[in-house]
Amino acid sequence: MARSTIAAIDWLTVLLFLLLVGFGWGNIYSASYGDETFSITDFSQPYIKQLYWIALSVLIIIITQAIETKFYERFAGLIYIISLASLLGLFLFGKNVNGATSWYAFGPVGLQPSEFAKAATALALAKFLSDMQTNINLINHQLRAFLIIALPALFIIPQPDPGSALVYAAFFFPLYREGLAATYLIIGASSAALFILTLIFTPLWVVVGIAIIMLLILIKKRKQKPKFSRYLLTLIVITGFCFSVNYIFNNVFEQRHRDRFNIVLGKEVDSKGIGYNTNQSQIAIGSGGWIGKGWKEGTQTKGGFVPEQHTDYIFSTVGEEWGFLGATTVIILFIGLLLRLLYLAERQKSQFSRVYGYSVVGILFVHFAVNVGMVTGLIPTVGIPLPFFSYGGSGLWGFTLLLFIFIKLDSNRVNEW
Amino acid sequence: MRKLLLYLIIISTGIVFITRLFYLQIYNTSFAALSEDNAIKVLYDYPQRGAIYDRNGKLLVTNQPSYDVMVIPRELKPFDTLEFCSILKISKKRLVKQLNKARAYSPRVPSVVIPQLTKDEYAYLQEKMRKFEGFFIQKRSLRDYYTVNASNVLGYIGEVNDALIKKDPYYLSGDLIGIDGVEKQYEKELRGVKGIKRIQKDKHNRDIGPYKNGKYDTLPINGKDLTITIDENLQAYGQKLMENKRGGIVVLEPSSGEILALVTAPSYKPELLVGRKRSPNFTKLYYDTIAKPLFDRGLKGQYSPGSPFKTINALIGLQEGVVTPQETFSCRMGYYYGRKKTRFGCHAHRSPLSMVPGIANSCNAYFANVYLRIINKYETPQEGIDVWRKHVMSFGLGDYLGNDLSAGDKGKIPDSKYYNRVSEFPKYKWYATRTISNSIGQGEVLATPIQLANMTAAIANRGYFYTPHIIKMIDGQPIQEERFTKPKYTTIDKQFFEPVVDGMREVFVQGTASHLQSKDIEICGKTGTVENFAIIDGVKTQLTDHSVFVAFAPKDNPKIAMAVFIENGYYGARYAGRIATLMIEKHLKGEIERKDLEDWVLSHSLEEEYAKPYSGEPFKINQ
Repeated sequence: MARSTIAAIDWLTVLLFLLLVGFGWGNIYSASYGDETFSITDFSQPYIKQLYWIALSVLIIIITQAIETKFYERFAGLIYIISLASLLGLFLFGKNVNGATSWYAFGPVGLQPSEFAKAATALALAKFLSDMQTNINLINHQLRAFLIIALPALFIIPQPDPGSALVYAAFFFPLYREGLAATYLIIGASSAALFILTLIFTPLWVVVGIAIIMLLILIKKRKQKPKFSRYLLTLIVITGFCFSVNYIFNNVFEQRHRDRFNIVLGKEVDSKGIGYNTNQSQIAIGSGGWIGKGWKEGTQTKGGFVPEQHTDYIFSTVGEEWGFLGATTVIILFIGLLLRLLYLAERQKSQFSRVYGYSVVGILFVHFAVNVGMVTGLIPTVGIPLPFFSYGGSGLWGFTLLLFIFIKLDSNRVNEW
Repeated sequence: MRKLLLYLIIISTGIVFITRLFYLQIYNTSFAALSEDNAIKVLYDYPQRGAIYDRNGKLLVTNQPSYDVMVIPRELKPFDTLEFCSILKISKKRLVKQLNKARAYSPRVPSVVIPQLTKDEYAYLQEKMRKFEGFFIQKRSLRDYYTVNASNVLGYIGEVNDALIKKDPYYLSGDLIGIDGVEKQYEKELRGVKGIKRIQKDKHNRDIGPYKNGKYDTLPINGKDLTITIDENLQAYGQKLMENKRGGIVVLEPSSGEILALVTAPSYKPELLVGRKRSPNFTKLYYDTIAKPLFDRGLKGQYSPGSPFKTINALIGLQEGVVTPQETFSCRMGYYYGRKKTRFGCHAHRSPLSMVPGIANSCNAYFANVYLRIINKYETPQEGIDVWRKHVMSFGLGDYLGNDLSAGDKGKIPDSKYYNRVSEFPKYKWYATRTISNSIGQGEVLATPIQLANMTAAIANRGYFYTPHIIKMIDGQPIQEERFTKPKYTTIDKQFFEPVVDGMREVFVQGTASHLQSKDIEICGKTGTVENFAIIDGVKTQLTDHSVFVAFAPKDNPKIAMAVFIENGYYGARYAGRIATLMIEKHLKGEIERKDLEDWVLSHSLEEEYAKPYSGEPFKINQ
């Protein structure tokens, strides 16, 4: 008989979760209330709906804690397959909202399967990596791991919701933690660097610059007789990469994608058109000053200048109404939660729990980094929500599910010796 | 390493974000300003400008509504410029120019496109205004005049200029401000304070209610009504008498320093400088460089005072003890001085004369004697001149009076430094006779009509004056300002005034203005005939003398003191004397009994005299 795990629940994580959800709701309220009087039955108001979502997420928490730990490991594959099916089902039964077919409509309630697919994928990856036979350094197994990650992403992209698909890059973190060769990291990081450099300068200048650097290295190392062929090959690959990036950016990307990059890179200033969101969001945050304008006192928030403020741009409300101190507090809460979860993941004795924990940290981190980066104008516009904060039932439930499965797994450590 | 990577990434992301927030929220303040512009619209509520009344409570100036077409450049949408221009009757070029100017001023803050529409133009435009997004109409008030006189006193209002907008944040583009006269001098009292309303806007630029429930809004405070010291009847009469003449009349009440009338001629009707007519009319007035209607001769005209100045020299002589009222001086058609017996000319009259007939007959020789005694009382002429100057300046001459008029000039009373400089002292010495013209108010001495009027008031009061001023009451409250309510004493003792006042009385009994005697008013006065020159085609040419007159009445307990200056009016009693006694009669009796005198002034014009120097032909003077 397994011991009760309730006592072993990591209450610090739960506290951080509650703080984020509670503060998030306060900001949703500020960003979406109008002249109406507060009525708990007024389902047309986002902040009222969110209150019900929060209440219902308690149900999810209870269920996740009630289920046996073994269940998650055993049924990971099945959950994954159901999740994939639900994603595919969208192409048949999905409801089109704002040009994206990401929703199942159940009467007035919409469900977004992609929010739940993250948890399912995390379970499946954990299951696969923790299998005794899996060796992450075998190309064959690497490909299978990539497939597990890529399938849901591939189903999500054509919805179209490339932002949510991007989140699946987060699974790189557990893979790397479990022993994936550092080469992938190096290649990934340098590709990203080259990509950005190519956009800022022209591909020709980037290639010339790298060639010069290589030449300098060669001159310095000439006594050790370096292999010229390797350098040449690298240069050719880089040249190919840079020019194809240039080509893809100019010919495959759509104009709106190009605009998003150009605005962040400072190559384009357009505060009325495509840059409007980012610009208004920065104005709202910037006008907050040290302590902000106070709850429900934000002029930008009240005026509705920031589009999608209660969903993806909720952080701008925090910035405007709570100022630097409030926004920094939220950043610290998130960083605190992530570090706590990372610590919990590291202390897991089973590989399954560890991989799952790492996946949770990775997913939450990517959401957090991309969302806040976008709202503060650091990275191009990518529409993904801020975990626990942004308005949206599916999102809140998805993150709650993701987090509390891990809390359950962690609490079960008392049974694993 | 594998365990640490994610830790490092998470922590550095946190640092990057906090730095970014610091940059956005603390370091870079432009976002806060943008937010203000973005979300809050500021509306202004313009108060009523105060009205202006004359001393008898007659309404002179009040307001009429006017409408400005304003634009907020960034809210402009493409519109039918042709229709817009035809409604407002402006050229497209002008519209484009105005819009560019507005954009340069600020894309967010309203600017004036077309100022001061009339009611009819407004009514027509108002219906069409919906079509032109970005434009709106701001109601303001223009001045409405109930008098055709005193334009030089009242001044006018106009759009505030860019330099002032930068200097004083109260004013915004299109605001009206007093530019001259009382309007300028009492701008702060008259304008009141604008009310401010802040409106929260949404992203569609729609108003969604008062910002913070109107916590920061203010109500407009109406301007204060002013009562000025001018007597509109007297002012009107003065302006009537001055038609076809150039010069100024300044009338004071000696017991208070209040300015009863301030006439400059030629003048213009105040309504000429209202609204859209202002600009073309102002240009016309401004470029009339011959008649100079915008030049207030009463305040700014600096002339040699001429013989009225002799009264001051008589007073100084008595105060310095160098002459007694009884002492006589002979005059043989002038005063002769120096080795060469230089003649300082005078006219025919009986001789010798003591002080009272000396003043009454305006004997140059008498005052040459007195003046030289004053200067020569001291060891050096430098010392003498400076003592003399100190006495003169105590009458408010030679410096600004410190009044509340928007224009003025210092005049000139020379000192020893001046004579040292022009005579190249100490290389060459100079003597009292070098300055002998000062004895009769010619030469280096200059004064404005208001200074002469004030000097006369000081004599009328026997030794003190109140600084002349134009303001009587603000919002019904009499002014308390010490500079206007506290008398300023001259350096001459009271007892010395009687012989001089007697002399001025004798001017009307047996002297130079005896034919201007008024039956039952004891007028005291002094004529002046001032030589003057102009440069015509590079040649210094003498023109017909200026006619000057100072007077006060009645002799005891005086009610009125004044100076009249008529350019090229020939001898003092001819124009200035006539006008002065008529003004006194008008003020003290309310009506004119000497109709023949009035008719003479009204029917005589000096326009021919003024045309002479410009005719290009030789001309005769003093006819």
